[in-house]
Amino acid sequence: MLRLALKMLFGDTGKYLMLIAGLVFATFLMAQQAAVFCGLMSWTTATLKNVPAPIWVVEKQVEQVNETNPLLDTDVARVRSVDSIAWASPIYSGIQRVRLANGNFKIIQLIGIDATTLAGAPPKLQPGQGRLEDLRLPHAVIIDDLGRKRLAVEKGRPVELGDVFELNDQEARVVGIADAMMSFTGGPYVWTTYERALQYTPPQRKMLSAVIAAPRPGVSVEQAVADIERQTGLRAFTNQGFGSSDKDFNTTTVWWYIRNTGIPISFGITVVVGFIVGMAISCQTFYSFVMENMKHLGALKAMGTSNWTLCTMLTTQAFTVGFVGYGIGMLLTGLFARAALTNKQPPFYMPMSVPFAVLGVILFICSLSALIGIWRVSRLEPAMVFRG
Amino acid sequence: MSDPASSPDAPLAARIRGVTRSFGDGGTKLLVLKGVDLDVRCGDITMLVGPSGCGKTTLISIIAGTLAADDGQLEVFGNDLRKMSKAAITRFRAHTIGFIFQQFNLIPTLNCIENASVPLLIQGCSTRLAEKKARALLEQVGLGEHAKKRPSQLSGGQQQRVAIARALVHDPRLIICDEPTAALDAKNGLLVMEIFEQVARSPERAVLIVTHDNRIFSHANRIASLDDGKVTNVHDADGSSPLPDHIANLAHG
Repeated sequence: MLRLALKMLFGDTGKYLMLIAGLVFATFLMAQQAAVFCGLMSWTTATLKNVPAPIWVVEKQVEQVNETNPLLDTDVARVRSVDSIAWASPIYSGIQRVRLANGNFKIIQLIGIDATTLAGAPPKLQPGQGRLEDLRLPHAVIIDDLGRKRLAVEKGRPVELGDVFELNDQEARVVGIADAMMSFTGGPYVWTTYERALQYTPPQRKMLSAVIAAPRPGVSVEQAVADIERQTGLRAFTNQGFGSSDKDFNTTTVWWYIRNTGIPISFGITVVVGFIVGMAISCQTFYSFVMENMKHLGALKAMGTSNWTLCTMLTTQAFTVGFVGYGIGMLLTGLFARAALTNKQPPFYMPMSVPFAVLGVILFICSLSALIGIWRVSRLEPAMVFRG
Repeated sequence: MSDPASSPDAPLAARIRGVTRSFGDGGTKLLVLKGVDLDVRCGDITMLVGPSGCGKTTLISIIAGTLAADDGQLEVFGNDLRKMSKAAITRFRAHTIGFIFQQFNLIPTLNCIENASVPLLIQGCSTRLAEKKARALLEQVGLGEHAKKRPSQLSGGQQQRVAIARALVHDPRLIICDEPTAALDAKNGLLVMEIFEQVARSPERAVLIVTHDNRIFSHANRIASLDDGKVTNVHDADGSSPLPDHIANLAHG
């Protein structure tokens, strides 16, 4: 009977395609928008990925990495003086404007790191694209892959090693190209030494953005963070990734954006629209499919098909279109992901929970569609087939 | 009335006594069946005739177990349907009764074999066996070469022959037909009835046909007249009971 149910479904090509289209639309919109949202949220923590360190120390009012209050230069020494800390280095992080050779201006995310230890340097330089140690050379900067395109003077000719641009009227020479996560502001990352970063930046009384640090061997990051906070009065965070703990800078940064911006509402509305439209199309079309087949379902019932079998048939039909629609929708999402990851934008990050959650929503829609059909069929009098 | 009636001693397929059925409540309550008595015998083709609204459809719905009677006695092959649960009646229908509907009620997205095999699939039979039996029945009704066609590719008469194959494929002991020729022209109507009689008539099987179509009365062994919710006359083909004038006029008209 299930084979018969599927033949009934596939035989009504128009309705079948309409059902599939509705569920594909819902799947794609929900999965794609959720993944873009997660991608955007991961971009908010790009500085934490691109300036790797187990511990970030900031001014005590700071909640997220992209909005730091400056510290005193002496705070680096205070952090170093904490017993459980192995090392601590200064970090400058700020948005600056670059002047290109053709006179154009571009926004960048400038990172200044300790020249001696190079702590906070980009995790990976592209093969054959410079050496980290060259950052100690005069006017040296390292840019990320995005910077190669964004800071190019001519379209189609990306920035090469040795190319120069101006930062606050001072020369900056590219000595390396790094792989890095894109920043939330969309500007490329530019690393230089801490001292040079201060020269590139209009002077202020306090310039130290943060202190990065690592615990001594045998001391946990959490313990070191607690010691720093207790002994310095500054705020310290771990840098282990979103969700690892509420003392993690990734977690607090992402939650800050969720609480203080309209981003989740904007994406949330789109996801809800995907759900509502998918549900409306699916339920309405399936109801219409059931109504059109009522005469045949009535005949089956008269011929001795039990309510249970009819319900199973309807459920099979609803879930078949659900799985097909979900499959195609996720395939489209995969194609979108491929394009997004190749072009490095729009942001795209899909945690494993997203496809499962979307599958759950699609199955909910299918269950609802099936229930509407079951409700109609269970009330169907088999005697109706004799009434014409 | 060319076919001899079965023996009066033939086993009863259905025994109906004092069956009543009403629809609606209170002031809108309408008593459709007002105490029907009727025997449907195995080996017979029994036709149920009468004016529109006299309760024919309600009566066959009750005999088929698709509608419950309000009162009275109703036994089909010795089973008291009024004492059976809904699930038991559904199973009983699946195994005991074959249906032919006025509008054929074939599933348009299935081909003839698949349509004809439906009753066996309902019984839980394997698709392969069901389709094998369905093909054999389609051969019997002369549609072997159209077995893979969909209903929309067939004429009305051919569709009704598929419905006949479907009604017989599970070898039911009672076949209930609702106006089987009403949607067909005269030629096709007679052809369908001839084929139907050839394949359906059996000493172990009863056939109950509701019809307005006087052209097919000659296929009946018995004609029961229903009027105003009661069986007013039962005419046997052996002449033991008279055919009412209005029916006789139709039959010879």
